[in-house]
Amino acid sequence: MGKTFAEKILAVKSGKESVSPGEIVTISPDVVMSHDNTAAISKKFGQIGVNHVMHPEKIVISLDHCVPAATEEYALNHKEIREFVQKQGVRSFYDINTGVCHQVLPEKGHLLPGTLVLGADSHTTTYGAFGAFAAGIGRSEVASIWATDEIWLRVPETLKINIEGELPRGLYAKDIILCIIGNLGADGALYDAVEFSGKAVRNMSVGGRMTLCNMAAEMGVKIGYMEPDEKTIQWLASRTDKEYKIVKSDADAEFERIIDYDVSDLEPQIACPHTVDNVKPVSEVVGTRIDQALIGTCTNGRIEDLKVASDILRGKKISKGVRLLIFPASMEVFGEAMELGILQELVKSGAVIMNPGCGPCLGAHEGALAPGEVCLSTANRNFKGRMGCRDAEIYLASPATVAASSLYGEITNVRRCSR
Amino acid sequence: MSIKGKVWKYGDDVNTDVIFPGKYTYTIREPEQMAKHAMEDLDPEFAKEVEKGDIIVAGRNFGCGSSREQAATCLKYAGVGAIVAKSFARIFFRNGINQGLPLVQCREAVENICSGEVISVDFEKGKLRCKRGVFSFPPLPESVLGILNDGGLIPHTRRILGIDKGG
Repeated sequence: MGKTFAEKILAVKSGKESVSPGEIVTISPDVVMSHDNTAAISKKFGQIGVNHVMHPEKIVISLDHCVPAATEEYALNHKEIREFVQKQGVRSFYDINTGVCHQVLPEKGHLLPGTLVLGADSHTTTYGAFGAFAAGIGRSEVASIWATDEIWLRVPETLKINIEGELPRGLYAKDIILCIIGNLGADGALYDAVEFSGKAVRNMSVGGRMTLCNMAAEMGVKIGYMEPDEKTIQWLASRTDKEYKIVKSDADAEFERIIDYDVSDLEPQIACPHTVDNVKPVSEVVGTRIDQALIGTCTNGRIEDLKVASDILRGKKISKGVRLLIFPASMEVFGEAMELGILQELVKSGAVIMNPGCGPCLGAHEGALAPGEVCLSTANRNFKGRMGCRDAEIYLASPATVAASSLYGEITNVRRCSR
Repeated sequence: MSIKGKVWKYGDDVNTDVIFPGKYTYTIREPEQMAKHAMEDLDPEFAKEVEKGDIIVAGRNFGCGSSREQAATCLKYAGVGAIVAKSFARIFFRNGINQGLPLVQCREAVENICSGEVISVDFEKGKLRCKRGVFSFPPLPESVLGILNDGGLIPHTRRILGIDKGG
């Protein structure tokens, strides 16, 4: 019997011949990521009582959760991180002018197929789009890895999700993953490695694949994964010259379950308040008034996402009552969007261009909501209080749906704009 | 180890944002302060009234969402003695153990426990006793139990590295 991707990687990293689901193994990761939480992690590291991190070359830190600092407290947090980086000789440090960690690590060549990445962030699953085993962990665990270069992981069962068919016009990776999360539920793939495959995935851009793996976290997965192909290799070619070995599931690997989707007739999807699995076709909530529209973040802040939005908004003005905020996922994306004239178009339509960051997604910085307000966002979570106010409502959809809705001031089927 | 405590019962998919809101993640640094906001966006009465040793009983996927460890820390410092759930989100499970907060997965028990009743949990025997009976749960894997018994991952790592003796 063959092995799955997850089983193969965990066998290699734990130095075993082979491993099986349910087994607990001790592994040594290739990359350990943290962000603004690095200050808190460094305090825990201090409590362990060793002076130096074991492998500074494995550590990647990107400031993104509240950038630039909103208050003195955040500024102090950043200052402590810069001092830590200096003291420990961490070279892969990205300050506030770089972007959101989940975009920055691949862009800066830290993500290689066949590697094992752990990050102090639940959306670390994003990196599975590059054929890496990438899982989120907690703060104490990062501190402990810094000190010991080791951690335990349970070998996950693998759920294969086959996505076939051609996406209709106006639909994107975001609609697919929302549909899947709505079907399977918030714990539908709890503890699983989820492997995405099929024609729709092969046809998808690298950015779209990142959206799938990013949001896979919302159904409880340990990792998302898709086989690297020519597109992945090409994407990586300009980012890294390091050698890597692509790891794939064997043809006769044992999957816990295989689920098939055909997206040919999919309608635009939307997650309604207050859970990500409360997914409906957009048509069911059309006409819901919105106060704020947000396009960007680690889920949907890539150049293709901003282009889709600007194509819909070009030459038009957003509805008077709506605040449209644009958060490119990184400064690289920001720069490219500037060169292509995308940002200019968006500004002309009435959007506010923000610097890359996670602030609004967790209610930490910028774009907070007031009681009774409704936000339609391309981000990945809509929990109560998520954007800073427990009495506000958050809907989640694709950049196309958000752009179209900002034109009318209400949730809108993107097909209304293509007529 | 066994504990006895009063139950606070909640439903499925209790996420880390309602346990410890994101807006506090970088501004509140001390565990005792975190405890004051425990469950703030789910049950504002919780932090005011929870007593040391109380037990949270919840449905499926407890602690889903963000990886923020403070969700486990705030409950621990609020005095929560254990969490019993039908299932736990994977990062919360790790964070709970790493904070030395005992977690019990037992679907059947959850269905039979009422809010406000007093239950007892024996971790070594894997038994949970409530008004409606005694329920068994599988013990944690040995390596994971070792972390819990050391009082969390940081003290555990100190012991592994030989900084602290015993444990």
